Amino acid sequence: MSNIQSPLPGTFYHKPSPEEPVFKSPGDAVAIGDTIGLVEVMKTFIAVTSEVEGTFVKYMIDDAAPVTAGAVLAELA
Amino acid sequence: MTLEIIKPGLATSVQDLGRPGYFHLGIPEGGAMDRLALRAANLLVGNDEGAAGLEAVFMGPEIKFGAEMSVAVTGADIPMMLDGDPRETWTSFTVKPGQVLSFGFLKAGARLYIAVSGGIATEPALGSRSTYPIGALGGFEGRAVAAGDAIPVGTGAVVAEGRSVPLALRRRPGTPAVLRVLTGLYWHRLTEKSQKAFFDDAWVVAPEADRMGYRFRGGTPMEFVDRPQPFGAGSDPSNIVDGCYSYGSIQVPGGLEPIVLHRDAVSGGGYFTLGAVISADMDLIGQLQPNTPVTFKRVKMDEALAARAARKTMLADIRQALA
Repeated sequence: MSNIQSPLPGTFYHKPSPEEPVFKSPGDAVAIGDTIGLVEVMKTFIAVTSEVEGTFVKYMIDDAAPVTAGAVLAELA
Repeated sequence: MTLEIIKPGLATSVQDLGRPGYFHLGIPEGGAMDRLALRAANLLVGNDEGAAGLEAVFMGPEIKFGAEMSVAVTGADIPMMLDGDPRETWTSFTVKPGQVLSFGFLKAGARLYIAVSGGIATEPALGSRSTYPIGALGGFEGRAVAAGDAIPVGTGAVVAEGRSVPLALRRRPGTPAVLRVLTGLYWHRLTEKSQKAFFDDAWVVAPEADRMGYRFRGGTPMEFVDRPQPFGAGSDPSNIVDGCYSYGSIQVPGGLEPIVLHRDAVSGGGYFTLGAVISADMDLIGQLQPNTPVTFKRVKMDEALAARAARKTMLADIRQALA
């Protein structure tokens, strides 16, 4: 099990844009460098990438919810 | 001598105390969002207070040092490592050539100031090294730093390790952050109900907040006193014909979300401004994260001047502690 944490405070998004599907769904393979979500701050979207390999379990923060730096965004198995 | 940027962080830029004197031409003063923190960082490493350092926001960069020098990081509360060994913020330490400074997750505050002995030695533009990215002016090539940049550093003597700013002199916003406000020329445009609500409401920092302006949301939409809009003002009641904007002035486009204009703001425009955050509290804004609760407190000029004097005393105390 490993967690992916937010690199900075802002608003967390599960999707690249509102019309598109989520970056990862439960059971998806996650490779190092895969984007699992976006954090928006100062009118900039920052891609949150995985630094480990694994299987996506779930998002730990709701879509479009505020996050702090270090908040656990997603769980990998 | 250089600093090599391995990871840039988010919008990390070279900043000093700014370039006063050009605001009437539309070029903002710029400079550090938390001026006291930059001054303290410079004093810790033996620099002039106005030397240029790096301002990083919400996350730390990763920096490799090209020579032996003294380093201090002030402002936000963030874990910091030199080649993996913890170092304290607000405290001087010495780095050797090839060592790497990296940061953990931000704990409190928003902006960190990284000073090195000798200061950042990029070419000044209009009397300042501060980066104004929209105007591609100052700093390193007029932009935020990027991976692979070699930032020039001036010549300075290495100082003692462990020089530290006393805890009581590290100024931080509270929770909620209280920002003191002097009402201004256009205050009369708001109804009495909205005037009261502005100071009574609980606001939070909006994620759009940046070096140009800090935006707040969560309060009651404002109502304006009826008037025939003057020629040229447009139909929105939050519009005026045009006016000067001061550093710290608070505009409320559409009466919805107040924006406090900060270091890189424009100098004028067509929104009414209800007042201004007092100069003594502008540094605190630079340390606010998105979603931080904020209230605005009305003060009179004598209180604003007393707060400015108290801030000067604090700076004098920091100078004395590090003399």
